[in-house]
This record gives sequence, structure tokens and C-alpha cells, in this order.
Amino acid sequence: MIKTRSPKLDKLLATNAWLVYAFFYFPIFVLVVFSFNGGRRVGIWGGFSTRWYGSVLQNPEVLDAVKNSMIVAGISTVVSTALGTAAALAIDRYRFRGRKGLDGLLYLPIIIPDVTMAVMMLLFFARAFDLIQLIGPRIQLGLGTITMSHVAFNISFVAIVVRARLGQLDRSLEEAARDLYASAWQTFKRVTLPLIMPGVLGGALLALTLSLDDVVVTAFVSGPGSTTLPVYVFALVRRGVSPEINAISSIMLIASISLVGLSLLFQRGPRNSEEELPVIDTLEKAL
Amino acid sequence: MKRWLVMLMALALVAAACGTDEGAVTTDDCEAGQTDGNLSFYNWAEYIDSDLIDDFEAEYGIEVEYTEYDSNEEMLAQVEAGAAVYDLVVPSDYMVDTMTAENLLVKLNKDALANYANLDPSFVNLPFDPDSDFSVPYQWGTTGFAVNTAVVGDFEPSWDIFFDPAVADQYAGRLSMLDDAPEVVVAALHYLGYTMEGVVADNNTDAIAEVEALLTETNARIAKYDSVNYGDDLVNGEVDIAHGWSGGFFFSFAEVDNPDDYVYIIPKEGGVRWVDNMSIPITAEHPCSALAMIDWLLDAENGATLTNWNYYGSPNLAAEEFILEEILEDPAIYPTEEALKNLEFIPQMGDLGLEVQDAFSRSKG
Repeated sequence: MIKTRSPKLDKLLATNAWLVYAFFYFPIFVLVVFSFNGGRRVGIWGGFSTRWYGSVLQNPEVLDAVKNSMIVAGISTVVSTALGTAAALAIDRYRFRGRKGLDGLLYLPIIIPDVTMAVMMLLFFARAFDLIQLIGPRIQLGLGTITMSHVAFNISFVAIVVRARLGQLDRSLEEAARDLYASAWQTFKRVTLPLIMPGVLGGALLALTLSLDDVVVTAFVSGPGSTTLPVYVFALVRRGVSPEINAISSIMLIASISLVGLSLLFQRGPRNSEEELPVIDTLEKAL
Repeated sequence: MKRWLVMLMALALVAAACGTDEGAVTTDDCEAGQTDGNLSFYNWAEYIDSDLIDDFEAEYGIEVEYTEYDSNEEMLAQVEAGAAVYDLVVPSDYMVDTMTAENLLVKLNKDALANYANLDPSFVNLPFDPDSDFSVPYQWGTTGFAVNTAVVGDFEPSWDIFFDPAVADQYAGRLSMLDDAPEVVVAALHYLGYTMEGVVADNNTDAIAEVEALLTETNARIAKYDSVNYGDDLVNGEVDIAHGWSGGFFFSFAEVDNPDDYVYIIPKEGGVRWVDNMSIPITAEHPCSALAMIDWLLDAENGATLTNWNYYGSPNLAAEEFILEEILEDPAIYPTEEALKNLEFIPQMGDLGLEVQDAFSRSKG
């Protein structure tokens, strides 16, 4: 397996990697820099100032939008990660009627255009509400419908990422756990889940990003008072986008970086002690 | 823009699936200043001074739920589906026409609008709402182009600067246009001597074909099509001549050290004038509160507060007394009579709408 590579190729690959990172992160860097812009316009430097951070904290419309985005993204990420992981396990592990069909259908929300999905959701909710109204309460679109829609498209993304991870999994580790009298639940909790955790976390992060980003579906299924941040930004067409958006994006960026950092710390914790990984190590040795 | 087309398709789907239920919502029983519950106000973001909303809440003792949308089409889809309650919406001119045709708007009881007389008579009975039954103008503006005179020097206030090779070729690669099919097509039509209204009335597809040929030829000179950053791109020097909406340019010019270098022009051949309007959708649950808000904004001082915040023109004649001098004297916001003469509202285009969209998309290559 191990071949000696030319140092030239190494260098080339390293340069490429750095360029890719620069391509990813430079726009973010610019965004953060311009959040300290003193001027009114997003793209014109008007001197250093923190005025937009102050004004964003006093703008109830922006704060409401951020709050709505957080609620939707938080709930939809947790729910879609759980359901998506379960779906991936079911398709990968069990033979049941309609499995092939389900496997194919799983890709549907990823393939169909956003706007088709959005209209489907809107019509579905409108009709469902009509039916519900027949038996009683009048409900309307709002954060609940946005969250449900986000769960609906995020399940597919999570399931696909987790399935890729499951595909690489060495099944003999699970068999070994079962041989050592671990119950199905114990095997899942102590062996399978830790092994697919990178996939689950990757899927969850993807779901979080997609949920925070979504405009089209959200715009269609939102109701009174449930504007999310991206919809708010697009709704600024009559007034123009101000550096408040840079400021709030920078705050969210710092928040999400801390979140990821925290979760990394959290993951490292138990591994160093006697929890999950040692179990796998023991299993590997037993094999 | 593709988004526009996609929205149209989406709307067709929604319209096909939802037969509009004939709601019994009416404003006939509302009296001036009467409210009937908290108001759900659906509008563009930051399109009203939040102090105005606070004052309204304090005066009438009800709450206002302000929700934002990013396009007329999105608002229409929501009203058509009827799964969310909005009492007051702000459709643009052509959208009032569309919504009226689909029976989505409630006839306004003008007896309950004590301040209706404050409205500028030239904003009553507009072509998209011939009897002003369904809409009351909110704010208005124009579409033209702006020039960096420090670079361009002297120029003719004409669409030649985009479309006539003899004039435009020297600016190739330094021009930007809105990424908006109706806006660009109307500009080209006016350059060719047509008006959109006439073309729609005659269902003149030849004129649209002519426009497509012109735009295809023009495409090579256009550096970018952009409906969001056109003002910034101009003052950043990315382009020297930009097609765009009056208000957007005004915001950009206000920020630079050399605002005198930039000038917004309404071309002599004319172009587009737009009005956003207040209307009550048939899905409203609190039509009297909505009517109270319309009346509140028709008040002279409140109307002025709205314009002093938005920097868009006010249809409220009585408000001019309270509007800032700098706004009233800015021809970018209040154009001269002469300039106004050739402007038209984008009419309801019907089937021609798709052809306009296609022509624009194809011309961009």
C-alpha cells in the first residue's frame, strides 16, 4: 500500500488544499471584516465601527428572525438526525418489503427542485388544515410547519451520509459484540453508534446548515410572525441590505464555531476515559 | 431571473390545486377607526418605521404582527393557499391586477377611510385598479439608470447608452442591468419606441421578438445582471452605468464621499414606474383593523413619517408638508412632470408574460 510519492506531488497537493481553504474561507473573512464597516452599504468601506453590532441588538425584526431560525434549525436538526439515522440503519440492516423502493425514494427530496417541494408542502398543509378545521381547531402556517418541512428534506441528507458510513463498517465488530452476549441495544449503543458517530454528526451538521440556509421552502410554508433570517434578508429588497446582516452573520458564525468546538471537546472526553472506544479496542483485540 | 419563472410555475400549481373559497369577508360594516382584533401585516422587510407600528398599537390598543415576504409571487402563493391569516398585504401594481382577477382581494369600504382625501388625485383610479376599489397606494418609485459621471463624462439621458451600438459600444463591459425580465424588456421596448401597454393591448409578439434580438446583441456589452447590488456596484466602480430602481441608488449614493459624481436618470424615452399598494386579502380575519391601518397611514403626518424612513415617494399629497426637504427636492424620488410623462406601470401581461420571460432568458444566453 505504501508507496513513496514524489515531494513535488506532495507540494502540489498541499498548495491545492490551501487554495481550496482560501476559496472557502476568504469570503467569510471578508464578511466578518465588513461587519465592522462604519458605512450604510454592505460593500463599501466607511471606516471602522461597531455600530452595526449595536443596532442589530436593538432591531427587533432581525432578532425575531434569528430566534425563529434558531428554533427551526435546532428542532429540525435533532429530529431529522434521529429519524435519518434510524432510516439508514433500517435500509442497511433489515430486509423488508418495499426496502428497494424506500431506498430509491430516499433520494427524492434531494433530487426534486426546492420550489416543487415548497409547493407540495404548502398544498399539503393547506389541505390538512382544512381537514383539521372540520373537527375543530383552526390552525395556520407558522414555525411548526417550517420545522416539519425542514425535517422532511433533512432526513434524506442525514440518512445518505449515515449510510455511507454504515457501508464502511466492519460487521464482524458487531458480530463479536453479540458473541460476547451484548444485547442488541448494548451492541448498538456501545459499538455501532460510536462507529457511525462521524457520519451522524456530519449528517447533523449538514441538516443544521441546510435548515439555517433554506429560503424557498421556508418562505412558502411560513405564517404570520415566523420569518426566518434568510427570508428576512431576501425580504429587504425594498430597503437594501445593511451591514447589520454582516454583524448578525458574524455572531452566528462565532456561535456555530463554538458549538462545533464544544462538541469536539465533548466527543474527546469519554474516549479518553473508559467509555465507548476501549470497548471497540477490546473487540478488535478479541478478533 | 430564473426565480421569477420558478415562482410563476409554482403559482400555477397552487392556483390549480386550490379553488378559491369565496370568503364572506367584507369591510362594509367597518367604521372609521374601528378595529376588530390584532392585525397581521404582511409586507417587505423594513418597509415601515417601527415607531409607526408602535404608535398605531398604542393608539388603537391592538397588536400588530409584522411578517416579511421577498416577492409579490410568494405573497400571492400564501394568500391563494389560504393556510395563513394575513389581514393586510402590500402588492405591487401588476399584482393588484392579478389578485383582483382571481378574486383574492376585499373591496375596500372607502367611507371608513376618513383620510382618503389626502391621497394625491393622480394616484386614484390607476390602470391596475380602475376604480380604486381594492387598493390604496403605499409608496412609489421609478426605474431608470445611474451613471458615474466622473468616468463617463457627458452623456444623453437616453436608453441609447445600453442599446444603441454607436453610443453603447464604448461602454461595453461597464454596464449592468436588472436581473428582472419585465424591467429589462420594458426598457428595450421604450428604446424601440413601443410601450408595454400597447404591446400587451395588441398582443404584439413581433415586438417581443424584436426586443429579444436587441437584447441578444446587447448581452455582449452587459457586465452583469443584478437586482440587489446594482447601486453598490456602481459606486464601487465595478460598473460605470447601472440600470436599477430609484430608491436603491439613493441609498448607495448617500454613503460615498463624492455623491455629486453620481446621477440617477429617468431616460427621455421613459420606462417603468411602480407603486406598492395596501390591500386586504379575502383570507383576512380582521379586515376592520386592516382598514384602520390603511387610514392611519393616509394621515398626513404618518404618511410623511413613512416616506422619511423609506426615502420612496409618497402618494399622500397632504403629507408633503411634513416630508423632509431633501426628499421632496430630489428628482430621483420626486421626478419632474416632464420625466413622469413617459413612465408606465408594468401592466398585467397575461400569456405574454411567459414570452417576455423567455425572451429575456434566451437573450442572456
